[in-house]
Amino acid sequence: MRNGRRRTAVGVVGVGQTRYGRRDEVSTPDLVFEAVTAALAHARLDRAEIGAVFFASAPDALIGVNEPDQWCAGAAGAVGKPYLRISTGGSTGSSAAIAAYYAVASGRCEVALAVAVERANESRAVQLLMNTNFDPIYEREFAINAISCYALATADHMVRYGTTEEQLAKISVRNHRNALRNPYAHLKLDITVDDVLRSRMLCWPVKLLDTCPRSDGACAIVIASGARARDLRPKPAWVQGLQSFSDGYFLGDREILSYRDHLALAAQEAYRQADVIDPLKEIDVAELQNPFTISEAMAVEALGFCEVGGAGAFVDAGLPEMAGELPINPSGGVLSSNPVGATSLVRVAEAALQVMGEADARQVRGVRRALAQCSGGAIQFGTVVILGDEPIGG
Amino acid sequence: MESQERSTRIAGRWDIPYEYAAGVTATRFFQELKDHQRILGRRCPECRRVLLPPRAFCERCFVRTDEWVEVGPKGYVETFTVTYEAFAGLRQPPYVIGLIKLDGASTKLAHFVGEVNATKPDALLARVKDGFRVEAVFKTERHGSILDIEYFRPVADGVRA
Repeated sequence: MRNGRRRTAVGVVGVGQTRYGRRDEVSTPDLVFEAVTAALAHARLDRAEIGAVFFASAPDALIGVNEPDQWCAGAAGAVGKPYLRISTGGSTGSSAAIAAYYAVASGRCEVALAVAVERANESRAVQLLMNTNFDPIYEREFAINAISCYALATADHMVRYGTTEEQLAKISVRNHRNALRNPYAHLKLDITVDDVLRSRMLCWPVKLLDTCPRSDGACAIVIASGARARDLRPKPAWVQGLQSFSDGYFLGDREILSYRDHLALAAQEAYRQADVIDPLKEIDVAELQNPFTISEAMAVEALGFCEVGGAGAFVDAGLPEMAGELPINPSGGVLSSNPVGATSLVRVAEAALQVMGEADARQVRGVRRALAQCSGGAIQFGTVVILGDEPIGG
Repeated sequence: MESQERSTRIAGRWDIPYEYAAGVTATRFFQELKDHQRILGRRCPECRRVLLPPRAFCERCFVRTDEWVEVGPKGYVETFTVTYEAFAGLRQPPYVIGLIKLDGASTKLAHFVGEVNATKPDALLARVKDGFRVEAVFKTERHGSILDIEYFRPVADGVRA
């Protein structure tokens, strides 16, 4: 191992997802229960064998129940067990996965569960509540919210690199097309670049089809130590690299509105752990957290799939298409389904399914290594998880 | 079958008043806006960056800031967005938000850009590419908040970054 540190083999052995979208027929704890029971069944495990449970959801005001970890503890399978809520904004689900990894890698338990949930359709003022994530002293008055924040980043990318609305629209078209093959996806839209360009302008240059839907849903994954993982599955998704980095809070402190100062650093470290030199060649499929088309453009640059400023050309060249060099978001990504607090755990779950060869109609052939990228806060948190078909360091 | 059973909804509402402590650093900043129409940043003693909005510490060097520095009132719009959507509970569109790098500041301030044609964002984009020079417009009646600056407006003074 290049990094010289001894690492324990840890693998993803179970994945559970709910259908995303309007889920009026179930309560929020019901959604959590649905994902956890699906993950346990997939791992062929009983709840008794889970050593610790890590819970994630995003802004409390979105679910509308303060500290919903309390509400959902029973549904998460946490009764009688160690239980922590983890939170890093939109990347909170992947942070729960990291916490579960730490619990297993440290030897504290053999099997840990991460579960994340969102109820995104019940608030009547979503961007108002997103605005309350911003600093009340200096920034909140300007009505900055999730959409206008990424609109600022979109305009910044257009100014610096000449990225066009057409190039970004292609990202939307591909993600929505891929979602047609995902039974869990919320929006299933067969759309064209023109449809995206003609969709309603929200915060220039961000249009409706540059954005994600609000989805209810939950996701859970089971993580196990090397020995247990080999018992449970012929083909676990082994954790080869895993890193998250934080930036500061204020948007105006970033020299560039990009993922350069957090996600790119996390990627470098995760690649070092996983012995990845040329990510474009060595990663077989990627699940990126793209609530906006610009998020995917920023991510492919920070992950080193193309040069900085080259996302538009990367898209034009068709590299992220299903038949391209590096298929991105066979699931349809966040643009087709955004259960906000769960959405980054979905990225990890989909990457795991790709490595296991169990992604059904959205499976990319011959995946040996998959990457999940997650982002949270106002362009503040970045996570990279690399899963592969063989363990590293175990 | 579960799907054939009826599920009802229970109404709820969050309406919770707060009073946020601004801290002495922001309070001094607001006082200067109110009394003297001056914009002050805080300099980090180690990296020498001038932080705007001013903060009591530098998160990179992890030390307290110790010096007030007057910045602006002119600067450049580095990026912007025009909101056209009427988001529930937020202000009436259209409005232009920008990240503005004031002269002498190392970081950018989020604020409104006014006296521009909000229906022509492409023209605004072209101006940003060329260096979109703006200046602070102060309110006549000031109360000691970030909104004592009403907005930033275009200005032609020939300075180029």
